[in-house]
Amino acid sequence: MRHTLSVLVNDQPGVLARVAGLFSRRGYNIDSLTVGPAEEPGLSRMTITTIGDEATLEQVMKQLHKLIDVIKVQDITREPMVERELLLIKISANPATRSEIAGIVEPFRASVVDVGRSSMIIQATGNREKNDALIELLRPYGIKEIARTGATALVRSQVAARVK
Amino acid sequence: MAIQAFKTTPAPQAQPVEMTGARMVVECLKRLGVTTIFGYPGGAILPVYDALYESGIEHILVRHEQAAIHAAEGYARATGKVGTVMATSGPGATNLVTGITDAFMDSTPVVIITGQVPTSMIGRDAFQEADVIGITMPVTKHNYQVRDAKELPRILAEAYHIAGTGRPGPVLVDIPKDVSNQVAPFVFPESVQIRGYNPTTEPSPIQIERVCQAISKARRPLLYIGGGIISANASEELRTFARQARIPVVSTLMGLGAFPPDDPLFVGMLGMHGTYAANMAVYHCDLLIACGVRFDDRVTGKLERFSPHSQKVHIDIDPAEIGKNVRVDYPIVADVKNALQALLEKSPHANCDDWIYDVQAWCREYPLSYKNDSSVLKPQYVIDLVDRMTNSEAIVTTEVGQHQMWAAHFYRAKEPRTFITSGGLGTMGYGFPAAMGAQLARPDATVICIAGDASFQMNIQELQTISERNIPVKVFVINNRFLGMVRQWQEMFHDNRLSESKIGAPDFVRVAEAFNVKGIRAETPEQAERAIAEALAHPGPVVVDFIVEEGENVFPMVPPGKGNDEMIVKGWDE
Repeated sequence: MRHTLSVLVNDQPGVLARVAGLFSRRGYNIDSLTVGPAEEPGLSRMTITTIGDEATLEQVMKQLHKLIDVIKVQDITREPMVERELLLIKISANPATRSEIAGIVEPFRASVVDVGRSSMIIQATGNREKNDALIELLRPYGIKEIARTGATALVRSQVAARVK
Repeated sequence: MAIQAFKTTPAPQAQPVEMTGARMVVECLKRLGVTTIFGYPGGAILPVYDALYESGIEHILVRHEQAAIHAAEGYARATGKVGTVMATSGPGATNLVTGITDAFMDSTPVVIITGQVPTSMIGRDAFQEADVIGITMPVTKHNYQVRDAKELPRILAEAYHIAGTGRPGPVLVDIPKDVSNQVAPFVFPESVQIRGYNPTTEPSPIQIERVCQAISKARRPLLYIGGGIISANASEELRTFARQARIPVVSTLMGLGAFPPDDPLFVGMLGMHGTYAANMAVYHCDLLIACGVRFDDRVTGKLERFSPHSQKVHIDIDPAEIGKNVRVDYPIVADVKNALQALLEKSPHANCDDWIYDVQAWCREYPLSYKNDSSVLKPQYVIDLVDRMTNSEAIVTTEVGQHQMWAAHFYRAKEPRTFITSGGLGTMGYGFPAAMGAQLARPDATVICIAGDASFQMNIQELQTISERNIPVKVFVINNRFLGMVRQWQEMFHDNRLSESKIGAPDFVRVAEAFNVKGIRAETPEQAERAIAEALAHPGPVVVDFIVEEGENVFPMVPPGKGNDEMIVKGWDE
């Protein structure tokens, strides 16, 4: 099963290596990992998606917690959360197919961010499944390059309305 | 206090003294109570060594950095204090890696200070540069690279705090040479607070209550103790609890000495070379109370057959150990000393006289034994003699191999911190320098290293260190001219194809003498007894070369991949 972990860490050089190294040497699999500054100066938040059973996940979390630079580890998989990844996809496009592609992109609320003579770059944000679906729809036009950030996530507020 | 209350104007804040990073290191070590350092100088750490000159801190110059860290481990394990090691960058630091890993595996508190090339040269493959932070990340509890001298006091205070608290372990501080030379104000922190580090030391009262109920219902309870009892200084609590609750005790290799072997409740060591009684007790018990252990594979054997009929209690300060290898019914995250005290207050009592009778019957029926022989020297007999002639009151360190297991079987350590051995990593070359460290920590104790002929050769250069400093360690080499444990496995599991296990040894007596250390050889039982008496009476260091029977093997044994109930009790051929 795929789990999403939210990990608050000290913003120190080497923390990413500590976290990634922990996963690799203990044989845990990182599906994706994103990191950026958190709300408090000096702290970063990592969103790690990992695949494994409950026992593996428990060990992952406990081992992460043992790292001195790790301040908080939360499994937010079953929490109400907002999970997003950024997708950039460069596809083959010519004047004849451009508007067709724009039409595909639109319901995904993705946008065209670059247009060239023979290619376009589409930017999409959303959960992984949505981005997977968009990629599949665009595949027939010819995919030149894909860059995805991996998921980043926050737990939803308990009281606030769920704004999409 | 009353006088201070009348003060109206605060005393002017003293201006912090400025000093070099190197001076700060020495100043911090003094404030942290460090009196002995094991190390080896070199270019990148030279400023710190310069500051150490005339500092009053005792520095033991070893002949190889690996020995420095094993000595610091021995020092730490004999006392419970944090050991300190110093080495230079690159090769100096990488030579420490085996010892750092050893300390990590056995949860030994050590702080390692390494020199590093100047910050401007880091990452350029400079002379004697190695990414020590990267290399040691997986084998330290934590590590630091100091980037500014003013950070040094905080970092060193944190390093000692982290190494010695919670589950102890090695912490490395890497100091670039320019940081050692940098001048900055010295401000030593009054207290250490690390946001991401708060070990849970108090047990949950609810879980303690549940365990007490389980104990009173149990018919076949068993205490399974390990090195955690020793690092938590919980031996007294354990003894009182086991006797009060009337629960038999099995110990891991790392736990030996925590519970007196002559107590009728002691069943022996469990695991691959554990006693028949201990392994049977583990197999048949209905409540296994694991204290300060980590369910190592050398202890559990095949997991599916490990104590299959029991509910399991696991007390450990490291939450990640609970449920790591074995499913646990009663998890207790706590300092095992506090947990045992909490249990003692409830004074639970097991109703299990039949069980104790059964366990004691196994002990009587299958004691640890060997066939003695008056013509050849049996390795077990040598250990037996050492045990008797020291009244089990020495500090024994061991190297790794057959002799280590015989020492565990036949040296009957009565007190914690008197049996010091490399458990988790199984590091050949550990015992001799560890003995050196233990002897420096406990100058009045008789310290004996029980070594194998091959292991001793791994750090034999330290004969020069003990000789020069007159550190009165007794090295007893159980010399069978083989990598004995390797040969035993080859005999048993590789059709007796002795691939590269026959290892030559030098004339240890002459080697010792070359280092100006007393050397004695013993080839018969009578000579062995005389040699031990002579060695124990000698005020300085001694090496005794015991020429023992070549083919002797360690039994009982649980073959790898088998359950503990499938052990081979006697010799393979018998």
